[in-house]
Amino acid sequence: MISVASGKGGTGKTLVATSLALSLSANQKVQLLDCDVEEPNANILLRVAIKHRQPVYIPTPSVDETKCNYCGKCAEVCAYNAVAVIKEKVLVFTELCHGCGACSYLCPESAITEEGKEVGVVERGDSENLELTQGKLNVGEAMAPPVIRDVKKHIDHGSVVIIDVPPGTSCPVVEAIKGSDFCLLVTEPTPFGLNDLSLAVEVVRELDMPCGVIINRAGVGNDEVGQYCHRQGIPILLTIPLDRNIAMLYSRGIPLVEGVPRWRQEFLRLFENIKRMVASSRSAK
Amino acid sequence: MKEIVVLSGKGGTGKTSIVACFASLAKSKVLADCDVDAADLHILLKPNVEEKKEFWSGRAALIDEEKCTECGLCQELCRFGAISDLRVDPVSCEGCGFCYQVCPVDAITMKDSMSGHSFVSETKYGHLCHARLGIAQENSGKLVALVRQNAKLIADRENLDYIITDGPPGIGCPVISSLSGANLALLVTEPTLSGIHDLERVIGVCRHFGLPVLVCVNKYDLNEDNAHAIESYCGREGIEVAARIPFDNVMTEAIVQGLPVVEYADGKVGQQIRELWQIVSAKLEK
Repeated sequence: MISVASGKGGTGKTLVATSLALSLSANQKVQLLDCDVEEPNANILLRVAIKHRQPVYIPTPSVDETKCNYCGKCAEVCAYNAVAVIKEKVLVFTELCHGCGACSYLCPESAITEEGKEVGVVERGDSENLELTQGKLNVGEAMAPPVIRDVKKHIDHGSVVIIDVPPGTSCPVVEAIKGSDFCLLVTEPTPFGLNDLSLAVEVVRELDMPCGVIINRAGVGNDEVGQYCHRQGIPILLTIPLDRNIAMLYSRGIPLVEGVPRWRQEFLRLFENIKRMVASSRSAK
Repeated sequence: MKEIVVLSGKGGTGKTSIVACFASLAKSKVLADCDVDAADLHILLKPNVEEKKEFWSGRAALIDEEKCTECGLCQELCRFGAISDLRVDPVSCEGCGFCYQVCPVDAITMKDSMSGHSFVSETKYGHLCHARLGIAQENSGKLVALVRQNAKLIADRENLDYIITDGPPGIGCPVISSLSGANLALLVTEPTLSGIHDLERVIGVCRHFGLPVLVCVNKYDLNEDNAHAIESYCGREGIEVAARIPFDNVMTEAIVQGLPVVEYADGKVGQQIRELWQIVSAKLEK
């Protein structure tokens, strides 16, 4: 299982994840999980027909006021201020609720039941050897991790699994990367790219997994990313040049390895390198 | 005092480069970097930190192995899969405290965790409020709210005209926290299918919260068909496209030089961004 992450947005995670998936799927089963549920874009390039749709619910409290005696226990135990008891009224703010279940379990009057609130959807489809599972957070909803968790329930351990990770370094990123054997970090050779790469490296170190870097849009910018990787002992596994044609293909939703087929070899070689690094990190443990 | 937030849905479309230009162009303002996960505005504005505060938020459960009777109730009830083999994984723990409430022998405590820092800095363009969320931490929405609150205090104290906010990518928790109560959102997009898809979603979020929007298309001539598709989509939705910035390496070169692009090169890119600020500030005056 390989995660494709970056810290900074727009560095080319989706380009890399889709190209790797398509290159490998010529010879083996591949599953791509699009965990960038706020802005899922992998299927813009893959164009897999979606066959299954499953809403994602989080359990939120529903108070039966005929049983409730307004003791305030629910509001006291809620860590997210999602429940408030004001005189003889219980207010539930479902957008703050994490669905932990403490209020309903601990209500002394058993006045609280849980109702599923839809926060997103998980969609699945496949085309020959390639299976896609993508999560979509509903517009206006705040919490991505429950949608990411539902996407990851569909992991097929018989396939090579590639995860398209959201940008950033906080909880949705960790939720997406967790459990992977390797993390590919896509960056660009600018001070922004370097700053965000160094943050992403800290996340990967926190999760204790091997990683490697892909430099995208090489050509403009400077060599500080290269020097940083050298100092940190992180291998640069692939360099993709700044090329208007590559940007143009992406803008039209055409995967790199379809627009310029010679890149397939590069991605297959990348995968062999990753396999070797995973094996040696396992034997080191 | 008026607040504009720059968003995009998709990352890497040029939010921070444009905010840095606004910092250079606007006269009476305070800046706020609300991308607390991966903040980059400081690279262009080169702040001197004047105030650094710890951000304590969020808790994680801790099991006292000596008191624990291994009944397994906490593990059974935890909805986040954060407890296995009677150990808490602090990365998965969402700090709800359910386990702490139910443990029959009070073996669980909730530990506060420091989840980042907030900064107030001086730059040659005025004050910058920014933050750094700790690695793999939650509560980015709360830290965003804190950064905005710091900016608002400065704007009130110094009677400034504008708060200019660099927003995070996406449409989730930190984005919602960065836009609620602002006066205008500038949405920076690019003429790629992903850019369009993500623009539509972020427009949906702004509408959901009743925030007026303007659109700026960066790398306009990368794909003219898609750029026209954005224009006609915005036309149908009654949204103004306020700038069309050409694809030009000066954007990247300016980042490498650590300068807002309007200070680095005086070509078409700079001109479009200057005009954009005119339109944005006029819209904020209304």
